[in-house]
Amino acid sequence: MILVYVNSDHGIGKSAMEVVTYGKKLGDVAVVTAGNATDADLAMLGQYGASKVMVDHNAKADDAQQLTRLIANAASAVDAKIIIFSHDLIAKSVAPRLSVKLKAGLISGAIALPETNGDFTCKVNVFSGKAFGKVKVNTDVKIISLLANSIQPEITGANCAVENFDGQVGDVGIKVLETKIPEGEIPLTEAELVVSAGRGLKGPENWGMVEDLAKTLGAATACSRPVADIGWRPHHEHVGQTGFAIRPNLYIAAGISGAIQHLAGVNGSKVIVVINTDPEAPFFKAADYGVLGDAFEVLPRLNEALKKFKAAQ
Amino acid sequence: MKILVCISKAPDTTSKIAFSAGNTQFDENGVQFIVNPYDEWYALVRALELKEAGGGNVTIITVGLATDDAIIRKALAIGADDAVRIDAEATDAYYTAMQIANYAKANSFDIVLTGKETINYNGSQVAGMIAEAMEIPFVSLATKLDVSGNTATLEREVTGGVQEVQVNTPFVASCAKGMAEQRIPNMRGIMAARTKPLNVVAPAAIDSLTSFVSYETPNAKSAVKMIDPENMDELVALLHNEAKVI
Ligand SMILES: Cc1cc2nc3c(=O)[nH]c(=O)nc-3n(C[C@H](O)[C@H](O)[C@H](O)COP(=O)(O)OP(=O)(O)OC[C@H]3O[C@@H](n4cnc5c(N)ncnc54)[C@H](O)[C@@H]3O)c2cc1C
Ligand SMILES: Nc1ncnc2c1ncn2[C@@H]1O[C@H](COP(=O)(O)O)[C@@H](O)[C@H]1O
Repeated sequence: MILVYVNSDHGIGKSAMEVVTYGKKLGDVAVVTAGNATDADLAMLGQYGASKVMVDHNAKADDAQQLTRLIANAASAVDAKIIIFSHDLIAKSVAPRLSVKLKAGLISGAIALPETNGDFTCKVNVFSGKAFGKVKVNTDVKIISLLANSIQPEITGANCAVENFDGQVGDVGIKVLETKIPEGEIPLTEAELVVSAGRGLKGPENWGMVEDLAKTLGAATACSRPVADIGWRPHHEHVGQTGFAIRPNLYIAAGISGAIQHLAGVNGSKVIVVINTDPEAPFFKAADYGVLGDAFEVLPRLNEALKKFKAAQ
Repeated sequence: MKILVCISKAPDTTSKIAFSAGNTQFDENGVQFIVNPYDEWYALVRALELKEAGGGNVTIITVGLATDDAIIRKALAIGADDAVRIDAEATDAYYTAMQIANYAKANSFDIVLTGKETINYNGSQVAGMIAEAMEIPFVSLATKLDVSGNTATLEREVTGGVQEVQVNTPFVASCAKGMAEQRIPNMRGIMAARTKPLNVVAPAAIDSLTSFVSYETPNAKSAVKMIDPENMDELVALLHNEAKVI
């Protein structure tokens, strides 16, 4: 059996559909989740291949120790040989704990299905996206933490059963005082389309054209490090080696030079568009489409062109 | 307050990434090694700030061979009091974490800090593994850390935002941007580092659960297609028809 952990605290996101689809390609899937999602939301995971969902409404997704106990108990209940996470912030705090608790090898940052003839190996991102590695797992039980946007969700079935599961999660070790999540924004790491800008935009007052374009596209916004450091943009928008690593389908970069540390966070993007006034900007070498021009003119023009395209659709 | 900071060696961020021995090993030729930036800038510096404010001791620990001593001295120059090197190659995150957990358990630290991830393996694994082995709480990707008595208040990244949490010591936290500002070692620090204690400890017998069998570098991108800046309709059409991303 394949056990897939899904975070359902804010409804069922695309990453949940991805991991269930991924699990289904490896075997019969049971999903385990914590928190207060509705049965109707959870049952929908059956469409992506889950045969059942086990939910513990008493466990807190914020508490890594509780979640580790829940997933370990679920794994033993269904005799799971492979446990799958989406490689998000919850996985980063829970999967390593689970690896030690079950003495199960952990593959983090997987970008493809495992190869299982002979050794069990899986391809992962290493060196901040500058290379790929093949990791072999030596243990009977394996844990895979899958990078977002590595697989397309596929509908293959119908709604499945949702059952209450007592994960015997014990006490919380971490007391949550406050959670601040800006309303209505697309979390950067989940976004399929991202519009990003750098120091070439000259000042925070000029971000309106970035936000307008993002709004037309339904994209998230990002920025280069200096822009976050000088406080033009919030830190959670900073991408790169020392910020978030993202792999959207489309990354539009305006006024960003394309330093190697910036590329480290975005080189997993499927398509990169670079807008820059300097023909020598290193970013053009990493781009699929380049626009040699002034972002102050190109961004609004692109926004108009997109609006026209959307209206015609 | 006794703080243990986990330090690892990483290739400089501008290094050319290449592989040798039939793509099974990282090619260290011409590569400059540094202290993993998250470990140095955030974990170590915040530990030093806590010590400066409230007293105590900052010990750094590395699982690695004698070739890691240079980066250990660098971390001592920034201000750590002493260092421990578990004398073994860090074969995987589990092996590394269990060695560190063994040492930490035997020497009762109040706080164990790591970086958010190593920039070569990007696993974000070691810290959580240490915490589970020690059966203590783990705060991942912390961006702020304050301690008062035996209670710590931390801010951490959560999907799309931040969260403020409280834990009691002992605990493990991995440190991300926001925690502290990079410090440049001065001459006095560099001199002092030469004589600070570096204890080399024999490893415990522990299995590795995973291993890297091979590496590859991404295919070179095909040449960029330049679009007339006056003609954004063309770009939109290409993104729709050719790239199929909108
Ligand atoms: C260890 C380390 C880690 C780092 N981590 C990160 C990281 O995580 N993320 C990150 O981004 N950086 C990181 N950096 C910094 C990185 O090296 C670069 O300094 C940074 O990415 C540059 O940001 P920028 O492109 O916005 O600014 P600049 O390098 O100043 O580039 C601005 C660009 O805008 C162009 N431009 C100017 N005017 C216009 C206009 N009107 N229209 C269009 N284009 C215009 C210019 O031609 C130029 O290419 C790191 C550095 C180090 C040493
Ligand atoms: N060999 C090592 N010795 C000591 N600490 C390490 C070692 N490898 C990793 N760490 C610590 O664990 C953190 C996370 O590493 P990783 O799980 O590889 O991303 C790093 O930022 C370091 O603080």
